[in-house]
Amino acid sequence: MCCSERWSKLNRFSRLFALLAMAVLAGCGKPEFSDAEKKTIASLALSALPPLKADTTNRFADVPAAAALGATLFFDVGMSGDGKVSCSTCHKIDRQFQDDLPRAVGVGRTNRGTMPLAGVAHDSWFFWDGRRDSLWAQALAPLENPLEQAGNRAAYARYIKARFGERYERIFGPLPDLSNVPANASPVGSDAEKAAWNAMSDAQAEDVNRVFANIGKAIAAFERSIAPPQTPFDRFAAALDTGVQAPQGDDAFSPEEILGLKLFIGKANCVTCHSGPRFTDGSFHNTGVPPVRGLPPDRGRIDAVAQVEADPFNCFGAFRDGDASACGELRFMVKAGPELVRAYKTPSLRGAATRPPYMHAGQFSSLNEVVAHYSKAPASVEGISEIHPLQLSDSERAALVAFLKTLAE
Amino acid sequence: MLGVSGFLHQRRFLSCAAGRDLPSGTLFPGRGTGLASLWRYVLAGVGLAALLAGILAAVYLTAPQAPRLAGSEMAGSEIARSKKTANGLFVASFEPERGVVRQGELQSWLLTLRTKAGTPVEGAAITISGGMPQHRHGLPTSPQATDYLGDGRYRIGGVKFTMSGLWQLHFAISAAAGSDTVVFNVLL
Repeated sequence: MCCSERWSKLNRFSRLFALLAMAVLAGCGKPEFSDAEKKTIASLALSALPPLKADTTNRFADVPAAAALGATLFFDVGMSGDGKVSCSTCHKIDRQFQDDLPRAVGVGRTNRGTMPLAGVAHDSWFFWDGRRDSLWAQALAPLENPLEQAGNRAAYARYIKARFGERYERIFGPLPDLSNVPANASPVGSDAEKAAWNAMSDAQAEDVNRVFANIGKAIAAFERSIAPPQTPFDRFAAALDTGVQAPQGDDAFSPEEILGLKLFIGKANCVTCHSGPRFTDGSFHNTGVPPVRGLPPDRGRIDAVAQVEADPFNCFGAFRDGDASACGELRFMVKAGPELVRAYKTPSLRGAATRPPYMHAGQFSSLNEVVAHYSKAPASVEGISEIHPLQLSDSERAALVAFLKTLAE
Repeated sequence: MLGVSGFLHQRRFLSCAAGRDLPSGTLFPGRGTGLASLWRYVLAGVGLAALLAGILAAVYLTAPQAPRLAGSEMAGSEIARSKKTANGLFVASFEPERGVVRQGELQSWLLTLRTKAGTPVEGAAITISGGMPQHRHGLPTSPQATDYLGDGRYRIGGVKFTMSGLWQLHFAISAAAGSDTVVFNVLL
């Protein structure tokens, strides 16, 4: 009696014990993600993207009428030297505001790929090499680049006055008298345009530069509205963040995608540069990407430093709104050092899977090639690559590609 | 599998304990079988705890390499916010001006310099360099001493950490008492 009582107690205990042990084993034996991994995953989710900060250098940045005029100008082929090219020629609205080409083609053929625009207003530096320091200063560069829109600022100012004068004045105030301004003039144009520019009075040059800067500010106001969309990864991250159980149904990841995510934030070190909700640290790195044969030498960030310093539309220039406290990035910019040689801005990986080719000049035609490059980590032709060989297996490389596809809609 | 066999072993151990009920009872003279069974529960509890510890140890030992690597990399680089300079000329402390370190944002930090005797160091010339030793790159910005705030405190403007990991900031300090250097590690 006594013994059987004991046995039943022991049995009951054993069952309880077995349950506990199983629970412990189920919980700890094979954890899907560690707490540290979960924290990193949450930091990459779109929900972690902070609200867009005010751009005090552009007091029209959040003025709806300025954004509307900017949208008009963005799609207007009249904003070019040959009347055939607009911002949207390369930044195609139905293609993530890029063009699927290895290198952009405007009026001529350029040597760099078009960057997509989702979330661009969160950047501190613009272009692959950061040769401009604000979104509005960036918008001005292609307008006068002979390979892109191939126009000149005097012609743009006159075009705005003739075509959008009323809309412009409602936003920016009265337009200057441009009747004595040459039809074509710019300090960075052809010899004839430069000569015409130099013949203008300082007041005329200031007037044209002011209208030109405001064109950039309107386009930037429009571009601030281009936000990155939710992706399968964001739904997975949200489910992982809220639930005690693994994300289910549409939010679930395949084992391969989970492995890819673990590699991305772990062994493959992708997240060191592709960090935060936009998958970029916004900084410049040499990752040993090879040059394109036949193109002129491209040294990346090291050659952009002097360009941004010389830009009259930079944060220290006369056309900035607000005070110079907004100019920290330019003020504390790294101006020299071997790490700037062939360093390019870390691109956002959101949507990357559906917009090959890759890298600053379209060097790689598929994500497989990109991942193979980072796994092998060849030396840079110039400067020093920051990346180290990863020795990823075939299945690990495929898993990384599978994960990258979850970052596209 | 390992867990199951461990459990079976544990159960045998418990049966053994049950079999030795009497001797264990003699250890507690005057106490009844009720308490003896409590003793079994205590023993079982100890066993369960041991198993748990075993599982946790197994999980810890088979955990991915990354955290342990990070630990060993950190061995020679402490994260102190206040320390003596290399030649012991000054005591330096370095902290974010607003208390929190934010990744990816330009921030001001404060470098406070005192002599060994505790006197604030005034009029120091400070140059700053640094980077991420594990990634072969320098700082993403060029921080500078922008203001002297009195009491040995210098504002270091333009500090930005663009990624998580170990960052190092080297300070070269030149003042009336002489020149010295100090390195601060910042782990994000």
